Amino acid sequence: MKSFIDRLNKAFENRIRLGIMSALMVNASVDFLALKELLDVTDGNLASHITALEKLEYIAVKKEFVGKKTKTTYMATKLGRIEFNHHLKALEDMIRQSE
Amino acid sequence: MNQKTDHLQQLSEIKTMMERSSRFLSLSGLSGVFAGFFALAGAAAFYVYVNKQMATGYRAIAHSLPVDLDLDFYTFCFADAGITLFLALAVGSYFTTRKARADGQKIWDPAVLRFMINLFIPLATGGIFCLILLFKFRWFGIIPPCTLIFYGLALLNGSKYTLDEVRWLGISEIILGLIGCLYLGYGVTLWAIGFGILHIIYGLIMYIRYEAVPKEKKYW
Repeated sequence: MKSFIDRLNKAFENRIRLGIMSALMVNASVDFLALKELLDVTDGNLASHITALEKLEYIAVKKEFVGKKTKTTYMATKLGRIEFNHHLKALEDMIRQSE
Repeated sequence: MNQKTDHLQQLSEIKTMMERSSRFLSLSGLSGVFAGFFALAGAAAFYVYVNKQMATGYRAIAHSLPVDLDLDFYTFCFADAGITLFLALAVGSYFTTRKARADGQKIWDPAVLRFMINLFIPLATGGIFCLILLFKFRWFGIIPPCTLIFYGLALLNGSKYTLDEVRWLGISEIILGLIGCLYLGYGVTLWAIGFGILHIIYGLIMYIRYEAVPKEKKYW
Protein backbone atom coordinates (compact mmCIF):
# COMPACT_ATOMS: atom_id res chain seq x y z
CA MET A 1 0.00 0.00 0.00
CA LYS A 2 1.17 3.49 -0.84
CA SER A 3 2.17 5.57 2.15
CA PHE A 4 -0.07 8.49 3.00
CA ILE A 5 2.55 11.09 2.13
CA ASP A 6 2.88 9.68 -1.38
CA ARG A 7 -0.81 10.05 -1.93
CA LEU A 8 -0.68 13.81 -1.38
CA ASN A 9 -0.39 15.67 -4.64
CA LYS A 10 2.66 17.97 -4.72
CA ALA A 11 0.88 20.25 -7.16
CA PHE A 12 -1.59 21.26 -4.46
CA GLU A 13 0.91 21.90 -1.69
CA ASN A 14 1.04 25.58 -2.44
CA ARG A 15 -1.63 27.70 -0.74
CA ILE A 16 -2.51 29.68 -3.86
CA ARG A 17 -2.81 26.63 -6.10
CA LEU A 18 -4.99 24.99 -3.48
CA GLY A 19 -7.15 28.12 -3.47
CA ILE A 20 -7.46 28.24 -7.25
CA MET A 21 -8.53 24.59 -7.40
CA SER A 22 -11.00 24.98 -4.50
CA ALA A 23 -12.74 27.88 -6.24
CA LEU A 24 -12.86 26.01 -9.56
CA MET A 25 -14.29 22.88 -7.94
CA VAL A 26 -17.46 24.66 -6.83
CA ASN A 27 -17.92 27.07 -9.77
CA ALA A 28 -18.43 26.20 -13.43
CA SER A 29 -15.85 28.86 -14.29
CA VAL A 30 -14.10 31.75 -12.57
CA ASP A 31 -12.39 34.72 -14.26
CA PHE A 32 -8.91 36.04 -13.55
CA LEU A 33 -10.07 39.13 -11.67
CA ALA A 34 -12.38 37.17 -9.38
CA LEU A 35 -9.58 34.71 -8.54
CA LYS A 36 -7.20 37.57 -7.87
CA GLU A 37 -9.61 39.23 -5.45
CA LEU A 38 -10.55 35.97 -3.82
CA LEU A 39 -6.97 34.94 -3.12
CA ASP A 40 -5.61 38.44 -2.59
CA VAL A 41 -2.46 37.95 -4.71
CA THR A 42 -0.61 39.93 -7.38
CA ASP A 43 -1.22 39.41 -11.11
CA GLY A 44 2.20 37.85 -11.68
CA ASN A 45 1.98 35.51 -8.75
CA LEU A 46 -1.48 34.28 -9.74
CA ALA A 47 -0.48 33.91 -13.41
CA SER A 48 2.53 31.71 -12.56
CA HIS A 49 0.44 29.36 -10.43
CA ILE A 50 -2.26 29.20 -13.10
CA THR A 51 0.37 28.30 -15.70
CA ALA A 52 1.66 25.52 -13.48
CA LEU A 53 -1.83 24.01 -13.09
CA GLU A 54 -2.50 24.49 -16.79
CA LYS A 55 0.68 22.58 -17.72
CA LEU A 56 -0.50 19.67 -15.60
CA GLU A 57 -3.82 19.90 -17.46
CA TYR A 58 -5.70 20.32 -14.19
CA ILE A 59 -7.36 23.50 -15.42
CA ALA A 60 -8.55 24.74 -18.79
CA VAL A 61 -8.38 28.32 -20.04
CA LYS A 62 -10.92 30.16 -22.12
CA LYS A 63 -10.19 33.56 -23.63
CA GLU A 64 -12.89 35.73 -25.12
CA PHE A 65 -13.36 39.32 -26.15
CA VAL A 66 -15.67 41.52 -24.16
CA GLY A 67 -15.70 44.68 -26.28
CA LYS A 68 -12.02 45.35 -26.88
CA LYS A 69 -10.74 43.70 -23.72
CA THR A 70 -9.94 40.04 -23.35
CA LYS A 71 -11.63 38.21 -20.55
CA THR A 72 -9.91 35.06 -19.36
CA THR A 73 -11.88 32.45 -17.49
CA TYR A 74 -10.70 29.20 -15.98
CA MET A 75 -12.35 25.90 -15.26
CA ALA A 76 -11.25 22.63 -13.68
CA THR A 77 -10.69 19.75 -16.10
CA LYS A 78 -11.88 16.24 -15.44
CA LEU A 79 -8.35 15.21 -14.57
CA GLY A 80 -8.02 18.21 -12.24
CA ARG A 81 -11.20 17.25 -10.42
CA ILE A 82 -10.11 13.65 -9.97
CA GLU A 83 -6.66 14.66 -8.72
CA PHE A 84 -8.08 17.24 -6.34
CA ASN A 85 -10.52 14.74 -4.90
CA HIS A 86 -7.69 12.24 -4.38
CA HIS A 87 -5.73 14.92 -2.58
CA LEU A 88 -8.70 15.75 -0.36
CA LYS A 89 -9.26 12.08 0.41
CA ALA A 90 -5.60 11.65 1.33
CA LEU A 91 -5.72 14.65 3.67
CA GLU A 92 -8.84 13.31 5.36
CA ASP A 93 -7.37 9.82 5.73
CA MET A 94 -4.21 11.18 7.29
CA ILE A 95 -6.16 13.21 9.80
CA ARG A 96 -8.37 10.25 10.65
CA GLN A 97 -5.38 7.95 11.07
CA SER A 98 -3.51 10.26 13.42
CA GLU A 99 -6.54 10.53 15.68
CA MET B 1 0.83 16.02 15.71
CA ASN B 2 2.17 19.14 14.06
CA GLN B 3 1.57 17.56 10.70
CA LYS B 4 -2.03 16.87 11.61
CA THR B 5 -2.76 20.51 12.40
CA ASP B 6 -1.08 21.34 9.11
CA HIS B 7 -3.49 19.09 7.23
CA LEU B 8 -6.48 20.40 9.16
CA GLN B 9 -5.34 23.89 8.25
CA GLN B 10 -5.22 22.90 4.58
CA LEU B 11 -8.71 21.42 4.70
CA SER B 12 -10.15 24.46 6.40
CA GLU B 13 -8.52 26.71 3.79
CA ILE B 14 -10.11 24.63 1.02
CA LYS B 15 -13.47 25.01 2.71
CA THR B 16 -13.04 28.77 3.09
CA MET B 17 -12.19 29.19 -0.58
CA MET B 18 -15.08 27.01 -1.74
CA GLU B 19 -17.57 28.93 0.37
CA ARG B 20 -16.23 32.39 -0.33
CA SER B 21 -16.15 31.81 -4.09
CA SER B 22 -19.64 30.37 -4.35
CA ARG B 23 -21.70 31.77 -1.49
CA PHE B 24 -22.87 35.16 -0.40
CA LEU B 25 -21.81 35.10 3.23
CA SER B 26 -22.07 38.76 4.12
CA LEU B 27 -25.81 38.58 4.66
CA SER B 28 -26.26 40.10 8.09
CA GLY B 29 -28.60 38.66 10.69
CA LEU B 30 -29.41 42.18 11.82
CA SER B 31 -31.07 42.89 8.45
CA GLY B 32 -33.50 40.09 9.25
CA VAL B 33 -34.19 41.44 12.74
CA PHE B 34 -34.90 44.98 11.54
CA ALA B 35 -36.89 43.82 8.50
CA GLY B 36 -38.97 41.80 10.96
CA PHE B 37 -39.74 44.85 13.10
CA PHE B 38 -40.75 46.88 10.03
CA ALA B 39 -43.03 44.02 8.95
CA LEU B 40 -44.68 44.01 12.38
CA ALA B 41 -45.23 47.77 12.12
CA GLY B 42 -46.66 47.36 8.60
CA ALA B 43 -49.02 44.61 9.74
CA ALA B 44 -50.13 46.71 12.73
CA ALA B 45 -50.86 49.69 10.45
CA PHE B 46 -52.97 47.46 8.20
CA TYR B 47 -54.85 46.02 11.16
CA VAL B 48 -55.68 49.46 12.54
CA TYR B 49 -56.76 50.73 9.11
CA VAL B 50 -59.07 47.81 8.37
CA ASN B 51 -60.75 47.94 11.75
CA LYS B 52 -61.25 51.71 11.62
CA GLN B 53 -62.14 52.31 8.00
CA MET B 54 -63.99 49.19 6.97
CA ALA B 55 -67.39 48.34 8.33
CA THR B 56 -67.08 44.65 7.50
CA GLY B 57 -63.74 43.79 9.08
CA TYR B 58 -60.90 41.83 7.54
CA ARG B 59 -62.30 38.33 7.92
CA ALA B 60 -65.37 39.15 5.84
CA ILE B 61 -63.20 40.59 3.05
CA ALA B 62 -60.96 37.55 3.06
CA HIS B 63 -63.86 35.17 2.67
CA SER B 64 -65.77 36.91 -0.11
CA LEU B 65 -64.92 35.98 -3.68
CA PRO B 66 -64.92 38.05 -5.82
CA VAL B 67 -64.64 40.93 -3.40
CA ASP B 68 -65.49 44.53 -4.24
CA LEU B 69 -63.12 46.95 -2.62
CA ASP B 70 -62.75 50.66 -3.11
CA LEU B 71 -59.74 52.43 -4.50
CA ASP B 72 -58.76 53.83 -1.12
CA PHE B 73 -58.33 50.33 0.22
CA TYR B 74 -56.04 49.27 -2.63
CA THR B 75 -54.06 52.50 -2.33
CA PHE B 76 -53.56 51.90 1.38
CA CYS B 77 -52.53 48.25 0.87
CA PHE B 78 -49.96 49.05 -1.79
CA ALA B 79 -48.59 52.05 0.12
CA ASP B 80 -48.33 50.02 3.33
CA ALA B 81 -46.66 47.04 1.64
CA GLY B 82 -44.45 49.29 -0.50
CA ILE B 83 -43.14 51.35 2.44
CA THR B 84 -42.55 48.23 4.54
CA LEU B 85 -40.66 46.53 1.71
CA PHE B 86 -38.60 49.65 0.99
CA LEU B 87 -37.59 50.08 4.64
CA ALA B 88 -36.76 46.36 4.98
CA LEU B 89 -34.57 46.40 1.84
CA ALA B 90 -32.88 49.65 2.86
CA VAL B 91 -32.00 48.41 6.34
CA GLY B 92 -31.02 45.01 4.89
CA SER B 93 -28.55 46.48 2.43
CA TYR B 94 -27.16 48.80 5.11
CA PHE B 95 -26.30 45.98 7.53
CA THR B 96 -25.11 43.65 4.80
CA THR B 97 -22.80 46.28 3.35
CA ARG B 98 -21.49 47.01 6.82
CA LYS B 99 -20.78 43.33 7.45
CA ALA B 100 -19.08 42.89 4.07
CA ARG B 101 -16.79 45.86 4.86
CA ALA B 102 -15.98 44.51 8.31
CA ASP B 103 -15.06 41.12 6.78
CA GLY B 104 -12.98 42.77 4.07
CA GLN B 105 -15.23 41.27 1.40
CA LYS B 106 -16.44 42.87 -1.78
CA ILE B 107 -20.06 43.95 -1.66
CA TRP B 108 -20.83 43.01 -5.21
CA ASP B 109 -19.33 39.79 -6.58
CA PRO B 110 -20.53 36.85 -8.73
CA ALA B 111 -21.84 35.02 -5.64
CA VAL B 112 -24.10 37.93 -4.67
CA LEU B 113 -25.44 38.19 -8.21
CA ARG B 114 -26.18 34.46 -8.30
CA PHE B 115 -27.97 34.68 -4.96
CA MET B 116 -30.09 37.61 -6.14
CA ILE B 117 -31.06 36.00 -9.46
CA ASN B 118 -32.08 32.75 -7.78
CA LEU B 119 -34.04 34.65 -5.14
CA PHE B 120 -35.85 36.91 -7.56
CA ILE B 121 -37.12 34.40 -10.11
CA PRO B 122 -39.61 32.66 -7.75
CA LEU B 123 -40.27 35.97 -5.97
CA ALA B 124 -41.25 37.80 -9.18
CA THR B 125 -43.33 34.80 -10.28
CA GLY B 126 -45.20 34.97 -6.98
CA GLY B 127 -45.68 38.71 -7.22
CA ILE B 128 -47.17 38.51 -10.70
CA PHE B 129 -49.33 35.54 -9.69
CA CYS B 130 -50.74 37.50 -6.73
CA LEU B 131 -51.48 40.53 -8.91
CA ILE B 132 -53.41 38.25 -11.27
CA LEU B 133 -55.37 36.80 -8.34
CA LEU B 134 -56.15 40.28 -7.11
CA PHE B 135 -57.06 42.09 -10.31
CA LYS B 136 -58.40 39.35 -12.52
CA PHE B 137 -60.17 37.15 -9.95
CA ARG B 138 -60.49 39.70 -7.13
CA TRP B 139 -59.70 37.04 -4.56
CA PHE B 140 -58.19 39.08 -1.77
CA GLY B 141 -58.09 36.55 1.05
CA ILE B 142 -55.78 34.07 -0.67
CA ILE B 143 -53.04 36.64 -1.28
CA PRO B 144 -51.31 36.79 2.14
CA PRO B 145 -50.72 33.00 2.31
CA CYS B 146 -49.65 32.98 -1.36
CA THR B 147 -47.04 35.68 -0.78
CA LEU B 148 -45.64 33.61 2.09
CA ILE B 149 -45.44 30.45 -0.02
CA PHE B 150 -43.65 32.17 -2.89
CA TYR B 151 -41.36 34.07 -0.54
CA GLY B 152 -40.48 30.76 1.11
CA LEU B 153 -39.76 29.13 -2.26
CA ALA B 154 -37.60 32.10 -3.22
CA LEU B 155 -35.58 31.79 -0.02
CA LEU B 156 -35.24 28.05 -0.52
CA ASN B 157 -33.93 28.62 -4.02
CA GLY B 158 -31.53 31.38 -2.98
CA SER B 159 -30.30 29.50 0.08
CA LYS B 160 -27.95 27.36 -2.02
CA TYR B 161 -25.83 30.46 -2.46
CA THR B 162 -25.88 31.87 1.05
CA LEU B 163 -26.02 30.94 4.73
CA ASP B 164 -27.76 27.63 5.51
CA GLU B 165 -30.24 29.20 7.93
CA VAL B 166 -32.00 30.88 4.99
CA ARG B 167 -33.11 27.42 3.83
CA TRP B 168 -34.90 26.79 7.14
CA LEU B 169 -36.46 30.23 7.08
CA GLY B 170 -37.76 29.41 3.59
CA ILE B 171 -39.23 26.08 4.67
CA SER B 172 -40.89 27.73 7.68
CA GLU B 173 -42.48 30.37 5.43
CA ILE B 174 -43.82 27.70 3.06
CA ILE B 175 -45.40 25.70 5.90
CA LEU B 176 -46.94 28.85 7.36
CA GLY B 177 -48.32 29.83 3.93
CA LEU B 178 -49.88 26.42 3.38
CA ILE B 179 -51.55 26.53 6.80
CA GLY B 180 -52.78 30.01 5.91
CA CYS B 181 -54.46 28.69 2.76
CA LEU B 182 -56.59 26.43 4.96
CA TYR B 183 -57.60 29.24 7.32
CA LEU B 184 -58.35 32.27 5.20
CA GLY B 185 -59.06 35.42 7.15
CA TYR B 186 -55.92 35.44 9.25
CA GLY B 187 -53.86 37.26 6.63
CA VAL B 188 -52.57 40.04 8.86
CA THR B 189 -51.63 37.61 11.60
CA LEU B 190 -49.85 35.41 9.04
CA TRP B 191 -47.89 38.33 7.71
CA ALA B 192 -46.94 39.41 11.22
CA ILE B 193 -45.70 35.88 12.00
CA GLY B 194 -44.08 35.13 8.62
CA PHE B 195 -42.48 38.43 7.74
CA GLY B 196 -42.17 39.73 11.29
CA ILE B 197 -41.52 37.10 13.92
CA LEU B 198 -39.78 34.48 11.74
CA HIS B 199 -37.39 37.14 10.37
CA ILE B 200 -36.56 38.30 13.87
CA ILE B 201 -35.96 34.73 15.12
CA TYR B 202 -33.79 33.63 12.18
CA GLY B 203 -32.03 37.00 12.09
CA LEU B 204 -31.07 36.60 15.74
CA ILE B 205 -29.89 33.01 15.16
CA MET B 206 -27.69 34.14 12.26
CA TYR B 207 -26.42 37.12 14.23
CA ILE B 208 -25.48 34.99 17.22
CA ARG B 209 -23.88 32.26 15.09
CA TYR B 210 -21.84 34.37 12.70
CA GLU B 211 -21.50 37.90 13.97
CA ALA B 212 -21.52 37.96 17.76
CA VAL B 213 -18.44 35.68 17.89
CA PRO B 214 -14.73 36.50 17.76
CA LYS B 215 -13.62 37.14 14.19
CA GLU B 216 -11.33 34.10 13.86
CA LYS B 217 -14.12 31.72 14.77
CA LYS B 218 -16.43 32.96 12.05
CA TYR B 219 -18.28 30.48 9.82
CA TRP B 220 -17.03 27.28 11.39
